[in-house]
Amino acid sequence: MSAYVLTDSWTMTRRELAHWARQPVQVVVSLVFPVMLLLMFGYLIGGGRAVAGPYVDYLVPGMLALTMAFGLEGTMLAVTQDLNKGVIDRFRSMPMADGAVLVGRSAADMLQSAIGLVVLIGVGLALGWRPQGGGGGFFGRCGAAVAFPVCHVVGRHSVGAGGWAARDGAGRADPGLAGRVSVQRACHACCYAWVAGHGRSVESDVPDGYGCTRSPWWSRWGIGARLGGGCLAARVVGRVFPVRRTAVPGAWAVRRLAFGVGRCRAGGCPSSERRGVGLARIWGC
Amino acid sequence: MADAAIIVEGAHKMYGGKKAKDMKKALDGLDLRVVRGTVHGVLGPNGAGKTTLVRILSTLLRPDSGRVEVAGYDVLTEARAVRFRIGLLGQHAALDEELGGRQNLELFGRLHHLGARQARVRADELLERFDLGDTGRKPVRAYSGGMRRRLDLAASLVTDPEILFLDEPTTGLDPRGRAEVWSAVRSLVGGGTTVLLTTQYLEEADQLAGRISVVDRGRVIADGSPDELKSRTGGDRIDVVLRDAGQLGAAVALLPVPEAGVSVDVDRRLLSAPVTDRMTALSRVVRALEEAGIDAEDVALRRPTLDEVFLHLTGAEEEAA
Repeated sequence: MSAYVLTDSWTMTRRELAHWARQPVQVVVSLVFPVMLLLMFGYLIGGGRAVAGPYVDYLVPGMLALTMAFGLEGTMLAVTQDLNKGVIDRFRSMPMADGAVLVGRSAADMLQSAIGLVVLIGVGLALGWRPQGGGGGFFGRCGAAVAFPVCHVVGRHSVGAGGWAARDGAGRADPGLAGRVSVQRACHACCYAWVAGHGRSVESDVPDGYGCTRSPWWSRWGIGARLGGGCLAARVVGRVFPVRRTAVPGAWAVRRLAFGVGRCRAGGCPSSERRGVGLARIWGC
Repeated sequence: MADAAIIVEGAHKMYGGKKAKDMKKALDGLDLRVVRGTVHGVLGPNGAGKTTLVRILSTLLRPDSGRVEVAGYDVLTEARAVRFRIGLLGQHAALDEELGGRQNLELFGRLHHLGARQARVRADELLERFDLGDTGRKPVRAYSGGMRRRLDLAASLVTDPEILFLDEPTTGLDPRGRAEVWSAVRSLVGGGTTVLLTTQYLEEADQLAGRISVVDRGRVIADGSPDELKSRTGGDRIDVVLRDAGQLGAAVALLPVPEAGVSVDVDRRLLSAPVTDRMTALSRVVRALEEAGIDAEDVALRRPTLDEVFLHLTGAEEEAA
């Protein structure tokens, strides 16, 4: 570590901000898209659902979680683009601080997530949603939601950092790469497991009477077992579907996060509730 | 030796699969010594190990074994010190495509810890020097190949590096872009920068480099100035182009040179032979052709091209293997 961690990180953050300034439309779209989804589910599709209490009380927490999880996409695209072009090689051949690329990008992503969160919460409030549960818990949850993509990027970059050295000009990997990919999968898994655990607090935003109040079986596990199980599951999934090693556990995390649904009580779901709310319907609550 | 900017001794690098049999030797005991303030060309076919060498020298890859020193610092143990003293122009443009030229240069200047003001001044200087002044704001995405390469070169010069690595700097450029890059490199050498240049183009090495190492299969198979390398394949040659390809056989028999060294190209009606005594050989060949009544279109003396040197050296290597 050098004395330049902060200045170099700030330089890298500025690089991301300069990208925003160059492509303002993209930034606006990324902020407006979740709002559109929210309006669509709220008024176009979901408006007719029979639920106890106002529908926005279910919808907004789900959309918040979904948006934060979508924040991954942009980050992963950007990181992949950097890696595939030569610019990372130039960074690595310069005397810059080791962690600056990572820290700089994380800071910019965190900023973007925070702005997205504020916009969405604002729209949610305008639609009549009020956060339930304690204020501290609420802000804690917002923080966690913003940090989620960043945690993911850390996982991504920890292989990136090793993977950089592992790439040669022809794109072949060196023998150490396999081990580093395992590290990456483990990091992914930790993120997902952590988010899945976090879903419980999102659940508390959803009022009772949702129809799927029973916690899923894994919620009885301690956090350690959850992390371990998540690692194992992500490794297995990643081996079977290498292309989808991000998408599949990601989808699970989003589902859990967005709707906080476990299994219904045996025979306990009235038909109107069994269809669930919004996206949850697709998975057959 | 104090005047060596780059020292590579017995560098090995393996790539590839999990099993030993899948591994590929990229460097196989490569030795190299580059004198400070010169342009050193590294010449070799695809897959010879040129890029691996540059990546090791610029601390992007670690050698498996061997001693590698750049500017007097070991690339393994003193990578940071090396990074302060080098500039790298890789095979692919190492630029932020979304940002403009000036933004790119300022970014790299700041990451070299020049400070905001100094980075801005330096960016202006470089844009001016590489004739990119009026394109500073356009995103690099929209640049032409030659402009992109010039900006790339400018970015590798942000701190006036002691040693500059150019990895196939003109691959994929049109002749004009190539000439631009060449003149930029020449102007650098005047400033005392040491340049290590890899290339597949023999003309490029001939034009720019004072010394050339020919690399094949991860090893240096020949080393010397362009002239030394050329004389190694037998010195001067005489080329004779005939009007009638049918007379090539008769002409070969007539030539006052040993038959073994003669090469015949029927399509171009050309025969080419090594000669030792230039003018005598020329007049004897012309006289012999005249006496035999063989019509020649062209008779010329020339130095061997580096292409011939290259084929000669790599061909000999293949026979030995």
